[in-house]
Amino acid sequence: MDLRDAYFVDGVRTWFGKSRPDGFYWTTRADDMVTKVMKELFRRNPTVPWDEVDDNIWGATTQVGDQGTTMGRTTVFTAGLPDKVAGVSVDRMCAGGMTCQAIGASFIMTNSADIIIAGGVEHMAHHPMGAGADPNPRIVTEKMVEPKYFNMGVTAEKLHDWMPEQGEQTVSKEESDQYALRVTNRYFESLDKGYYDKHCVNMAVFTPNGWVVANKDQQARRGATIEGMRNLKTPFKKAGKVTAGNSSGLNDGACVSLIMSGAKCKELGIKPKMRYIGGAFVGVDPTVMGWGPVPATEKVLKRTGMKFDDLDIIELNEAFAVQAVGFMKHFGMKLPEDPRLNPYGGTIAVGHPLASSGVRLSMQLAQDFEMNPKAKYGLTTMCVGLGMGGAILWENVVGKDL
Amino acid sequence: MAKYIMTCKLNFYESKKAGKIAIVTMDNGQSYNVPNTWGVEAFESLNKVLDTVESDPDVKGWLLVGKPFIFNVGADIMSVDPDMSRDDAVQIGRMGHNSFKRIMDLKIPTLAAINGAAMGGGVEVGLYHDYRTISKSPGGCDHYALPECFLGLVPGWGGTQLVTKLASPEVAIQLIITNPLNMNAMSNSKKAFEMGLADRLIEPAEFVDDSIKLLENIITGEEKIERKKVDPKMSDDLYNNTKFAVLGRVHSGAMAPYRALDLIRGAADWTLDEGFEQENQTLADMIKSRQFLSSVYSFDLTQRRAKRLPGRPPKEVKGYGINKIGVIGAGLMASQMALLFAQRFQCPVVMKDIKQEFVDKGLAYVREQLGKRAKKGRMSAADAKWMGEELITGTVTYDGFEDCDFVIEAVFEEIGIKQKVFGELEEVCKPECLFLTNTSSLDISEMAKFLKDPSRVVGFHFFNPIAVLPLVEIIKAEKTSEVVLATAFDVAKRIKKTPVLVKNAPAFLVNRILLAWMDGIFQCIDEGADFMQVDNAVADLGFPMSPFTLAGLVGPAIALHVQETLNAAWPERFPVSEGLKNLVAKGKKQLLTFTDTGIDVDPEIKQGWPQGDKSFTDQEIKDRVLMRVAQEVDLILKEGVVASPKDVDTGVIMGAGWPFFMGGITPYLDQMGYSEKACGRKFHPQGLLEKE
Repeated sequence: MDLRDAYFVDGVRTWFGKSRPDGFYWTTRADDMVTKVMKELFRRNPTVPWDEVDDNIWGATTQVGDQGTTMGRTTVFTAGLPDKVAGVSVDRMCAGGMTCQAIGASFIMTNSADIIIAGGVEHMAHHPMGAGADPNPRIVTEKMVEPKYFNMGVTAEKLHDWMPEQGEQTVSKEESDQYALRVTNRYFESLDKGYYDKHCVNMAVFTPNGWVVANKDQQARRGATIEGMRNLKTPFKKAGKVTAGNSSGLNDGACVSLIMSGAKCKELGIKPKMRYIGGAFVGVDPTVMGWGPVPATEKVLKRTGMKFDDLDIIELNEAFAVQAVGFMKHFGMKLPEDPRLNPYGGTIAVGHPLASSGVRLSMQLAQDFEMNPKAKYGLTTMCVGLGMGGAILWENVVGKDL
Repeated sequence: MAKYIMTCKLNFYESKKAGKIAIVTMDNGQSYNVPNTWGVEAFESLNKVLDTVESDPDVKGWLLVGKPFIFNVGADIMSVDPDMSRDDAVQIGRMGHNSFKRIMDLKIPTLAAINGAAMGGGVEVGLYHDYRTISKSPGGCDHYALPECFLGLVPGWGGTQLVTKLASPEVAIQLIITNPLNMNAMSNSKKAFEMGLADRLIEPAEFVDDSIKLLENIITGEEKIERKKVDPKMSDDLYNNTKFAVLGRVHSGAMAPYRALDLIRGAADWTLDEGFEQENQTLADMIKSRQFLSSVYSFDLTQRRAKRLPGRPPKEVKGYGINKIGVIGAGLMASQMALLFAQRFQCPVVMKDIKQEFVDKGLAYVREQLGKRAKKGRMSAADAKWMGEELITGTVTYDGFEDCDFVIEAVFEEIGIKQKVFGELEEVCKPECLFLTNTSSLDISEMAKFLKDPSRVVGFHFFNPIAVLPLVEIIKAEKTSEVVLATAFDVAKRIKKTPVLVKNAPAFLVNRILLAWMDGIFQCIDEGADFMQVDNAVADLGFPMSPFTLAGLVGPAIALHVQETLNAAWPERFPVSEGLKNLVAKGKKQLLTFTDTGIDVDPEIKQGWPQGDKSFTDQEIKDRVLMRVAQEVDLILKEGVVASPKDVDTGVIMGAGWPFFMGGITPYLDQMGYSEKACGRKFHPQGLLEKE
């Protein structure tokens, strides 16, 4: 191990709310949610010299209003860090937070930093997807992207049809529904065992009905059945395959992680959980953006000289079940369930506040590593709007001496 | 004004460690600038919430909290009807006591999480809880106060009893009497915590989370709240000293602070219920008092009416933009103005005087004041330096006046000099530049008459000390244009002063009333009344300063000058006082002097003051002075010097510090029958709370 390597030390998130007037965070600011998880991170890691944070790196898709004003910098103030701590905001849509982790790790590996806060937030109630955007008309007039594919659900429908055209295996609606049901069941099983309490923090929030404590993921519904799933409407396409049941929802949430250099961990006697091996981001056809994780995973494996079979656990952000099933089929994983993929639940149950999700994957993977000491390598990967994929490869270092 | 009803909203939080916790939020559904207040409906909703919580055996804890930035600012005083029966007034007290007492009687730990502004009944509801957390200032609870005495009431929902028992009689006096009488000074979370009125001072960022955590820990027994023992007994010394201090402030004018003091003293001996009943009775007395009625009137006048800028030309008349300001003169008054303008407008201010040494002195004063502000942390040292050295500049010529948007003159009170200054300004200033005069007594139309464009002149009369007294008299001269007038109002608003529109009449408004008041006083002395008897009798009414103290502060020479101005206009009503003339001739600056036995009138002044041999009772002195004031107010209104008795009262409250509990002056004159006796009519024939 190299002391200039970057390590994931810890991660915290808010519970994810529904982006609706009756959602937990309807009247709570995104940057207050960021402040909350930062402060909880500080509390959970009292031996870290927080005054010495080198950069506070935050991802958000829509950087206006309560996600604007270079939130990475403003939350230095609201979380009570000293002025000397720098801050920056990053946008790669859904992979915003994941990109922050990659940037932070790179700063560390190039000896530009020792302590990095990397997080992601999305308040989709305050900032619905695409709100306020003004895409260049050339994208449409010159037929770069058909406008209907600005809707992510439509790209998921296309992915179903596109895979066989590319020589990939077909993913049926039934397979998507089965996947969604199983990942939801795994979520509740883990929730009841306290898996999520370990990295989620309660937050008192002021709502139109008074103060309440946001203490659960509002997206997930208990007691879903396959019959129920089959009967849901397909809002993106008539006689389509993508439903509310096999997709992630619209959510509000904030996730933060602490990335540190090996040298700093060693100096302070801090035991990190994962080593950052490498990260990769790739572009794909924007009309099938859900395919992104496949080439991203292939790229990160190739660049690091590893094989898919080296991976013991994969935390995949399944914005839509179709992409998870397609991913599993492409890499020859076991269907309908593979113990290596999203073992304790996934996005369809947890929720998907865009830029925050990549960081959530990492904190779950770290916890998976703690629970599975034999696991050596893991992957966090996700698709990104307008056709991208992102992946980070991590090594389990739980309990290891640096 | 629309009425926003606050409700208590109940949510349950299932705490994994402590069980079911009731979180009760006080919220009126409006943004923070419409604060939560208690009213009948709010109490109903609180009682409903209590019904639910009392009947649910699973509930393990209770937490009361406000909406963001606001806990609760107490009863909505504008909704209290002073015409209600005394029985109904007693019920107001009982309604609060009975509802809040139910919180105290809950069998589970209760915690008030004071997240934002808490006043009156907002502070009081917190006191019925077992524990209190308070959100740290700045940004948390920045206003914590029991301001009732300021408005002629007493805290009537437990404040006098519970603060005394929880903190101490000293704290109760500070919060309930001393602060309200000190221009309604507010405490904040830090002070409340230090006074023992909160158990934990918590950072605002996670205040509600941390308050819930504390309650959870109290329920599980992980955390115990320790408080130091309090002796609620008030010593006789403390009682007497406080009474003496109140006497010095309000004399016999207000009752509330005295009654509050008695309630605080009683707390040690009464049971809680006895104490609450005493509060009910006292509150009812106060609600029915003329002082409360006058205070509501004054509150409305200064907090609401004045903000609408009565007297300003209609909105369609846009005032000029102000980007540079000139001040003629560099004396104390001029320097204070320059400082104020620079701070509020953040634009260049150029001061001119006739000699460089005067200019230097003015600039030195400005820089010293800015330095003091910087030292206190009220502005950055960099800003202080920039303002003192770059923004505010001095000159002995008119260089730099050509692009001023307005110029205010504060030169010697002599019409010829002012006319000359304005004439010179007209040569150098751009045509749309306003000429403001801070004259306290000269005829402004006269001042403008030699100008090519007299419409640019307007009176803008400050009151001394500028930093303390909020009033500005805006005087419309014969030819003052609408846009100039509108701009003057906008300037007043920008510098956070309260403008009153006044006609161009001798001594304008406030000084004329003060001089009539003085005239009544001099009449008594001239006829033979004892100096100190007169001074004390008038002070006893509740004015902020005794007449002689005020005369000393203003300066006898200035008082005489204004008197002479008024005398020129109305020789019969404003005779020039021989005594005053003599003491000015002797160069006396004060009327009062310290003697071996206390304070007395300077014997040399007495010697030079011709007196008759009539003797007066205190009441006769008061009557004479108030009749004289009533007569003058009547004439002021008849002459149209101001548009309404409300302007008169705004003037004397904001410009002379006359008390809220007298409503300025016209409510008191009505209430005590002086207006009818002196002028055959009431100033407020429809009552005080009639809307304009």
